[in-house]
Amino acid sequence: MNIVVAVKHIPSIADDLPVKGANVDFDSVDFVLNWFDVQSIEQAALIKEAVGATVTVIGVDLIGELDGSLHLALAMGADKAVKITADDPAADSHQQAKWLSEAIKGLAPDLIFAGVQAANDIDGQIGPILAAYLEMPYIGGVSAVDVNGGTATISKEFAGGVGAKYEAALPLVVGVQASSKPPRYAPVSKVRQVAQTAVIEKVAPTGEASAGIVVKKMSPPAMTGHADMIEGSSKEVAAKIVELLKSKGLA
Amino acid sequence: MSNDIFVITEHMDGKFSDVSFEMVGKAKELASAWGGQAVAIVVGSGVDAGAFASHATIHVDDAALSQFNPEAYGKVVEALVREKSPRLVMFGWTAAGMDLAAWLSARTGAPCATAVRDISADGTMSCQAYSGKLIADVAPEGDMAIAACLAGAFPAEAGQGSMAAATLASPVDLSGLKVKFVEAIKPAAGDVDITAQAKLVSIGRGIGGKENVELAEELAEKLGAALSCSRPVVDAGWLPRTRQVGKSGLKVKPKLYLMLGISGAPEHLEGMKDAELIIAVNTDKKAPIFNVAHYGATNDLFEVAEAMLELL
Repeated sequence: MNIVVAVKHIPSIADDLPVKGANVDFDSVDFVLNWFDVQSIEQAALIKEAVGATVTVIGVDLIGELDGSLHLALAMGADKAVKITADDPAADSHQQAKWLSEAIKGLAPDLIFAGVQAANDIDGQIGPILAAYLEMPYIGGVSAVDVNGGTATISKEFAGGVGAKYEAALPLVVGVQASSKPPRYAPVSKVRQVAQTAVIEKVAPTGEASAGIVVKKMSPPAMTGHADMIEGSSKEVAAKIVELLKSKGLA
Repeated sequence: MSNDIFVITEHMDGKFSDVSFEMVGKAKELASAWGGQAVAIVVGSGVDAGAFASHATIHVDDAALSQFNPEAYGKVVEALVREKSPRLVMFGWTAAGMDLAAWLSARTGAPCATAVRDISADGTMSCQAYSGKLIADVAPEGDMAIAACLAGAFPAEAGQGSMAAATLASPVDLSGLKVKFVEAIKPAAGDVDITAQAKLVSIGRGIGGKENVELAEELAEKLGAALSCSRPVVDAGWLPRTRQVGKSGLKVKPKLYLMLGISGAPEHLEGMKDAELIIAVNTDKKAPIFNVAHYGATNDLFEVAEAMLELL
């Protein structure tokens, strides 16, 4: 069985996101592996352990710094790593999905995982676009995948703890919300070890697609309201919160 | 191409979601400006489709559509869109809409905007990006566009009403589907029903690790509150899914919502923004939660929690 995990390298939302023109100032931000893709890697590793599989992780190298994320994936259990050398930090989801789909076609995948979403999915998520380009079915919001022969049993989440179970014939694209078990910890020493020996296959981007949207403006949200900020040391802040709660009969 | 707006409605157990009514209301407003019709699209079987104040409702009724199936629903919606060529197709930015909106975009070539919080008469869409840290105003190119709309973006009342539906058989063959619905998964029985709690202490990724959850538990206990959390805490296995607040979790409306280490991604805000008193402690002074919280502090959450424990 071949499992392909498509990953997305995105600006870190843990930091400030300065804007330049009508997009994030990509020179001023750190890029990180999309968290939902970490869940995808874990889900693939779990299936590999359960029924055996070759797991290939593939991503678009937007700024020449994807190797670290691919090394992490290999340390978590992926067998092969491929990077599409795009060098275009502004590539939208449609373009990235097109490049990924062209590269994935040659991998004869049975299952393709992608994170259910990423913070920079302004024109849609990679998974469903990839499914459309590859003419495969797609199920997103997935929190468990079991494979038995040529069939996958999928748990999909809706809101409020409600979900549904589906069976799907392979091949299939899955948008992973969460893996069946929390992602395993890959020790830094193991990632470093992998980095010294791993061979990352380079693929030139092929195929063109466009989101078809023009970003006219990007900016922080206008303050529709703002919290009254409690200033002071942590002890002072705690005292003010407790005082506030007591005044409202909540403590 | 027409100037119509298609609203792909959502339902479960025969009940339509709020976002369906919200989108129909907005579609009517846009239809008025564009000279088209707001058309509610109901895909499903065994559902009363006459719940909308739309200009028209199309109900595609087929046994294969009795439960949400992304493959079947996608085929039906694509066929309708290709046949009728609306100017805009609206989905909810939901578990179902997220399966279909971008997929339809890639299938049809129509541009798609996600996490849409407003649409102007000129077609410009305002979208939440980067977990709400930025807002992107985007203009779709071409004759047709797709919008995946945030729940709560528009008022629901304008979309509620009654409009007799035109019921159609499926426009596509739904035999031989690769995806089959097996069964519904009901919510797990919770140890605590967080929706029934007057006070919640809620933790997010900032709590750092499972070993730190105990501190928040102690604080909750002292306050007579229950412990809840945002999605990353559940995904990391630090708390069970029954404690999750947000879009894919539970909606809560407590008297107190004390947040520790939660930045306020739109998915979380969807579940708690109606709490009566929201206090957020988060070291990132630009965290979106401070736009929603009534009180905020940018101190270390562990120091604040420990100091509160001493005072309570």
